[in-house]
Amino acid sequence: MSNRIDVKKTYKLFINGAFPRTESGRTYEIKNAKGGFIANPCLASRKDLKDAVVAARAAQSGWNKASAYNKGQILYRIAEMLEGRRAQFVDEIVGVTGVTKAKADKEVIDSVDRLVWYAGWSDKLSSLSGALNPVAGPYYNFTVPESMGVIAAIAPEMPSLLGLIDSIAPIIVGGNTVVVLASTKAPLSAMSFAEVIATSDVPAGVINILTGKKDEIAPWMASHMDIDGFDISGLGAKSHGAVRIAGAENLKRIYSFKSADPGRILAFLENKTVWHPIGL
Amino acid sequence: METPVSFDYAPAPESRSLVSIKPKYGHFIGGKFVAGSKHFPTINPATEEVLSQIALAGKADVDAAVKAARKAYTSTWSKMSGKERGKYLFRIARIMQERAREFAVLETLDNGKPIRESRDVDVPLAAAHFFYHAGWADKLEFAGLGTSTKPHGVAGQIIPWNFPLLMLAWKVAPALATGNTVVLKPAESTSLTALLFAEVCQLAELPAGVVNIVTGDGSTGALIVNHPGIDKIAFTGSTEVGKIIARAIAPTHKSVTLELGGKAANIIFEDAAIDEAIEGIVDGIFFNQGHVCCAGSRLILQENIADEVLTKLKKRMAQIRVGDPMDKNTDLGAINSKEQLLKIRELSASGDAEGAQRWSAPCDLPAKGYWFAPTIFTGVTQSHRIVREEIFGPVLSVLTFRTPREAIDKANNTPFGLSAGIWSEKGSRILWASQQLRAGVIWANTFNKFDPTSPFGGYKESGWGREGGRHGLSAYLKGVGHE
Amino acid sequence: MSFYGLVDGSQASLKKYLAALSGVDQTGADARAAMLATRSIKITSKRWAIDTAISMVDLTTLEGADTPGKVQALCAKAVRPDPTDSSVPSVGAVCVYNDMVAVARKHLDLIGGAHVGVAAVSTAFPSGRASMPVKIQDTQDALDAGASEIDMVIDRGAFLSGDYIGVFNEIVQIRELCGSRAHLKVIFETGELVTYDNVRKASFLAMAAGADFIKTSTGKVAPAATAPVVLVMLEAVRDFYQMTQTRIGVKPAGGIRNTKDAIKQLVLVNETAGPEWLTPALFRIGASALLNDLLMQRMKLDDGYYASPQYVTID
Repeated sequence: MSNRIDVKKTYKLFINGAFPRTESGRTYEIKNAKGGFIANPCLASRKDLKDAVVAARAAQSGWNKASAYNKGQILYRIAEMLEGRRAQFVDEIVGVTGVTKAKADKEVIDSVDRLVWYAGWSDKLSSLSGALNPVAGPYYNFTVPESMGVIAAIAPEMPSLLGLIDSIAPIIVGGNTVVVLASTKAPLSAMSFAEVIATSDVPAGVINILTGKKDEIAPWMASHMDIDGFDISGLGAKSHGAVRIAGAENLKRIYSFKSADPGRILAFLENKTVWHPIGL
Repeated sequence: METPVSFDYAPAPESRSLVSIKPKYGHFIGGKFVAGSKHFPTINPATEEVLSQIALAGKADVDAAVKAARKAYTSTWSKMSGKERGKYLFRIARIMQERAREFAVLETLDNGKPIRESRDVDVPLAAAHFFYHAGWADKLEFAGLGTSTKPHGVAGQIIPWNFPLLMLAWKVAPALATGNTVVLKPAESTSLTALLFAEVCQLAELPAGVVNIVTGDGSTGALIVNHPGIDKIAFTGSTEVGKIIARAIAPTHKSVTLELGGKAANIIFEDAAIDEAIEGIVDGIFFNQGHVCCAGSRLILQENIADEVLTKLKKRMAQIRVGDPMDKNTDLGAINSKEQLLKIRELSASGDAEGAQRWSAPCDLPAKGYWFAPTIFTGVTQSHRIVREEIFGPVLSVLTFRTPREAIDKANNTPFGLSAGIWSEKGSRILWASQQLRAGVIWANTFNKFDPTSPFGGYKESGWGREGGRHGLSAYLKGVGHE
Repeated sequence: MSFYGLVDGSQASLKKYLAALSGVDQTGADARAAMLATRSIKITSKRWAIDTAISMVDLTTLEGADTPGKVQALCAKAVRPDPTDSSVPSVGAVCVYNDMVAVARKHLDLIGGAHVGVAAVSTAFPSGRASMPVKIQDTQDALDAGASEIDMVIDRGAFLSGDYIGVFNEIVQIRELCGSRAHLKVIFETGELVTYDNVRKASFLAMAAGADFIKTSTGKVAPAATAPVVLVMLEAVRDFYQMTQTRIGVKPAGGIRNTKDAIKQLVLVNETAGPEWLTPALFRIGASALLNDLLMQRMKLDDGYYASPQYVTID
């Protein structure tokens, strides 16, 4: 047994429900906490981002059309699948970051619970942010939250799994699709999480995960004209200004968050107000 | 019995004697009017008559205004209970109602909009905004915006010339209700009602410095946007300037809301109530001379009723009474400035050049002042400039569609997303279309309706944030949603 | 009859014709009417407007207590609304129940009012609840007594139950009976039809059936001639003219009590159907109290100060 050579995983990108290698052929090396080689994840290119945005855009109207109940069930399904693979994620986190097993286990448990929490929001967003507005006239007037479109996100470096989930779930729960750049130093749990997504009834293109360098990808995300919003929580504060300037070209909604709260969901929803006369 | 040649409406001019315009104005800083240094004229666009000289605020003036706002925020306004703040807003609302006619006349003189509109829309709605927000001041914790709502501090507010007083109300009322103090800059060509509003603040005994008004042009606006003492920027204007502001504040911690341009589609389905739809088309594009960011400037007609609608529309357009804005019978007033008139002419000329057919309602335009007849362009396509660019004038582009899907695709085929109209007598189709349209305000079987309780604002390049309703409050509170 | 080639007289063709009509949005129609109510007209036009309004009045008495004496007094007022001012035009017609038609016609002719028409309310006015033979006899009586205008009511029950062809056929029969002897005004009782969609539908139905005028109300049911109802009917006659090149008249009746209301009606006519309709041949106002207010406003225009009811005759 001890002589067996393990089969190592090739870590690829997750775009449109598939696992392509980066078109650029570039990779970078991930080492464990002791400096030993672990894997060669993809160093995503601008074209990979473009492909991911195309997939996210194509998936958006269908995902948006899914009922809130359905979206909630799919998010819950992700939690179920993650729960079943807890051990694998704990091993990967320990291997890459060197944290204790107990700490890694807590992160995975928190990740499952966080997904469940977001899942429950899907059919409560209009209660949270909708309104029936008592206008002064014979009109029925209501405001409803609506998906914004394609949202890009930079996941924080640490915690790599929980941070990734905070970068994905609040964005998609309201009907957006997402292109997220995973933690650069610890991308393995992200790519394994992609496998969870691939087996969780999430339609292709709704979640797209890239690995690579923040400073390279973030400006491309910021300037991409078919991205509607951008979560830069995982991007160093010193880069925020430049990203916001680039994002102004299409008035991208760019936000950075410090915690997981419903505001994270609402930030990437538009509010639509509809008027209609009341009469016979 | 003799029959007159025509059934003439009276020139029913509103009395100008209701207002007294000073020959020269300064700024309103720290509760007092202070003299300006440089001045520029403000004119009546209907006559080109110079109404007054307006001060051009420079760095020192903006500094003083921000300082006064900060002082008022720190020493008074942030310490005052919401209940007391609200009472000041109620007072302001009441005084505006009492002096409504004066505001309306002044607005019409300075802006060129018909007195019927300033009297029936702008001024009553402005007062209503204060009344609505007054009630929020002591109820913010119940607005569903989180439990730790705090104002930003000093808000810098820059407003456009199309609804001078109303845009002031949209900005100042929520800012004050949430506990911010403000430095407001009215548009260069329409400062007078803001300066009259400053007097209202005095009459209401609003603590000095809570509202500061500096007048000037784009350079003054830039001073406000870039001022380090300002915590929040609220801007209504063009998408072009909105992007400049977004870039300017990008490296700072300033919060910002933007209400920008639009190119709204007004979709008429075959089953629409045609006569009301015609009125809606007219209200959509000719209200306020089309100087409306949410104007229905793209008419998207179902092809099988296009001829009927266009025939009726032209007939109706011929009845639009263009002329003296002070006449109560006037429907379409003056273009606000020569600059804007030239823009409208230029974009219209591009319509001609690109092969569209122009039709203008037959009307006699006054010799003096800035005027543009109600105009439609047919034979246009999605690629025409006149279909893509905001014209901000009484010019309508007409497109057709065959299926509901095509109508929506055409409507959404723009970087703007402020508003849209739907006309149909079929409920399910209206709800479907209102879901499909990518715009912040959907008017179904109506158009260009506004209310303080109704959030207003755009998707995509039409801006950031909402004004009005509880959604509008969040723009003036810290830590709502995101940082 | 050809029904302008719009329908062939069959239920199917009528249904198709009515189904093709566009709906009316109540809020939008109300808003348009309210906006037009803000128009103010020139002083010089006002004199003309008041005189035009007077000439459009169908001076009406429709009371159970009507007597020959009352009707004769009404006729005198109709011919010379202001006995002190001969420049005041006569009204368009007097409007009475059919048993008073002969009295009215005789008295009008006696006092030099041959040019003033006599309108008879007909077809079991105001409810319309009678058999067709009775309605025909009712109309025949009025015609025989000298009525030059027949103001018939439609069967609202039939209309509301969807029996459009029944309503249509009644109008067609009364139209045939009137022949060239009398103008036919068709009363909808819009307060009972309730919706503007119904008003529009009834307008097109009546016009195709041969109405010379469409009329809002009997005056016995409120609401009656509200501005938006008149707006919808004026839009209908305008559109009908586009379809057939025939101008149908409109008669609001009920609730128009003062000069301001009457001038608002004229503004509605001018801006909706167009100035071609600003004639008693195409627009009438069914009223009684209105006439004296018009006279008082006319005096004010002449004298420059407000008049008193003491100076106008009560009938």
